[in-house]
Amino acid sequence: MRKLMLGNEAFARGLYEAGCRVVSSYPGTPSTEITEEVAKYDEVYAEWSPNEKVALEVALGASIAGARSFCGMKHVGLNVAADPLYTASYSGVNAGLVIAVADDQGMHSSQNEQDSRHHAIASKVPMIEPSDSSECKDFVKLAFEISENFDTPVIVRMSTRVAHSQSIVCTEERQELELKEYIKTPQKYVMMPAYAKGRHVFVEERTNKLTEYAETSPLNRVEISENAEFGVITNGAAYQYTKEALGDKASVLKLGMVNPLPVKLIQDFASKYEKIYVIEELDGIIEQHCRNIGVNNVQGKEIFGYIGEIPQSVIAEKLLCEKKESVSLDENIPVRPPVMCAGCPHRGLFYCLKKLGVTVSGDIGCYTLGAAAPLNAMDTTICMGASISALHGFNKARGAEAEHRSVAVIGDSTFMHSGMTGLVNIAYNNSNSTVIILDNSITGMTGHQQNPTTGKNLKGDPAAAVNLEELCKAIGIKRVRVVDPYKLSETEKAIKEELSADEASVIISRRPCALLKYVKHNPPFAVDNDKCVGCKACMKLGCPAISIKDKKAVIDHTQCVGCGICQEQCKFNAIG
Amino acid sequence: METKSIMIVGVGGQGSLLASRIIGNVLLSQGYDVKVSEVHGMSQRGGSVVTYVKYGEKVYSPIVEKGEADIVISFEMLETARCLPYLKKGGKMITSVQQIDPMPVITGVAEYPENLVEKLKTAGADVTAVDALSLAEQAGTSKASNVVLMGVLASKMDFPEEVWQNALEQCVPPKFLELNKKAFALGRSNI
Repeated sequence: MRKLMLGNEAFARGLYEAGCRVVSSYPGTPSTEITEEVAKYDEVYAEWSPNEKVALEVALGASIAGARSFCGMKHVGLNVAADPLYTASYSGVNAGLVIAVADDQGMHSSQNEQDSRHHAIASKVPMIEPSDSSECKDFVKLAFEISENFDTPVIVRMSTRVAHSQSIVCTEERQELELKEYIKTPQKYVMMPAYAKGRHVFVEERTNKLTEYAETSPLNRVEISENAEFGVITNGAAYQYTKEALGDKASVLKLGMVNPLPVKLIQDFASKYEKIYVIEELDGIIEQHCRNIGVNNVQGKEIFGYIGEIPQSVIAEKLLCEKKESVSLDENIPVRPPVMCAGCPHRGLFYCLKKLGVTVSGDIGCYTLGAAAPLNAMDTTICMGASISALHGFNKARGAEAEHRSVAVIGDSTFMHSGMTGLVNIAYNNSNSTVIILDNSITGMTGHQQNPTTGKNLKGDPAAAVNLEELCKAIGIKRVRVVDPYKLSETEKAIKEELSADEASVIISRRPCALLKYVKHNPPFAVDNDKCVGCKACMKLGCPAISIKDKKAVIDHTQCVGCGICQEQCKFNAIG
Repeated sequence: METKSIMIVGVGGQGSLLASRIIGNVLLSQGYDVKVSEVHGMSQRGGSVVTYVKYGEKVYSPIVEKGEADIVISFEMLETARCLPYLKKGGKMITSVQQIDPMPVITGVAEYPENLVEKLKTAGADVTAVDALSLAEQAGTSKASNVVLMGVLASKMDFPEEVWQNALEQCVPPKFLELNKKAFALGRSNI
């Protein structure tokens, strides 16, 4: 059947058709929908793990047990899963093991722009890279074959554009596979030095075989154009931009296998043209490889740089000196940055933090938007879980004075991912730190995924729920309390009390995400024009539903969900 | 045929994903190669959201860049104005007249520009401005303004009505179908 599918949806279809049986992932834009979509097939067991390291270990265990298995994550997730990845390269697999890692060229929704091909090279694991939805499905199926034929995990590298673009896919039937036999093989699966030494020899031999495979693999493709004046070597989304910009003006070597890279294939292609351009997003890995194998008529990074995407306009401008005509208004168009939604439970909490003027050690999630105007209530955001551990370090460096005026903020899902180990450190190494867990009962930013605190699993079925209060107490934090962030004065009081306490404390700011379907909203509020004096106190909350028209506050009834924090904020009882 | 480009712009949460799915479905049924590119993640939280739809004999790049859009469909006036540089010479803009203040306007550091429809027309754009929000509310919910704009779009494209109706049936959950068909009809007959 011919269907329009997101790259991620087609990836999931590929997993299904390839007979994949076990899936374990942690959500992360732009990778999330692979796991959400594959969970819709009853033949596949799929789960959200607490983090990427756990997820990859689950998938590896399933592979060793004889089931084709999969683990998906975003680029920074692979840093978390790097530990099992590097040794899974040595142990190899029993049934096929495929890993998706989604890079975010252009940083549409990420904290850095790392190129995950480096992980493939360093771990000596083959990496393949599709450039549209149809290839996503086909490459995944091929990835399982490569995994089993070469005894290795295989990484499929996605990008935001490939993951989140729909293109046409022809679906096929699922290949139902029996579990492979599990045979106890400590030389392969017990990676202690004596056995790992032998496996390292295997890994190097495997890389040689994979390089040979890359020379003739259908993953790599030469497209010769009779009119070509030069050649282009490209991969992933950049292939599509190249074809769009250059049409038949260039011959193209499309590399679907990005680790290991072929040698002779590239040498032969490069020898046909005087000039070869390497068009690859982020780092110059293919370009450097070309130079390493004696192909020196290449240019790439000096033209296209290391930052962001390389869309068709850039290629046309740089290589053909062509630029599209375009007009714009002679007018200042205000930017529209993302904001916390109307009724977002994080707003009340961040308003209190801003009011108290404390240092806020932040984390990854919707609440990172607390850093934006008008709340401006965040000092740092580094990576998943860093809010808590970095606060401890901050306080150890600056002592008691800092301890009484600094907090960490972290979401429920991020806390389960890698925040709780930081809290263990606070209890164990005794800093008087205040940690606020923003428990909105869901993984919000990536689009509402269940997590170990929500009481439901990926398929929506009831599951064990971690009790955050009891967990924090068991870790060794004696002062644990819960507040409702819709109640500003109660929240402010709790933060003040915990900051002044002489021991570590946890405040759980609990209120479900306003976008959750089961959350019942109050009727929208309206402003009484006779009572509103235009003091703009309500505007300090940064609610997108409130604006000022003719010097009076106005509430947009289509956005307001009646959370009431503006009502508490208004001293003139003008909101009701 | 040459590849055609459509841009759908608006504010996160206004329903551009459904709109792009309806258009994608229509184009697929007509036998075109189609690509639709969406934005997920942080920008969806009330930020500017852009979706690209491209169709033709063979489509490569899924994204639309400055000077490339044959049609711009916009849910919000400021986003329409922001999008003007993407419009191809001779391209069409279909916009809702709805205005949603962005945070810099709410906090008072910027002003929402006035008379944008006139300014866009003066700049040479072919603009069709519709009160999609009121028409959607007339159909039964403010949330259907995306489908009202699909009705307007249908009136500007040469595809049979039944193709659009089929797309609605396939993309909209059954319990909201009647309401959305009404919204679509209001958009289509508004022009």
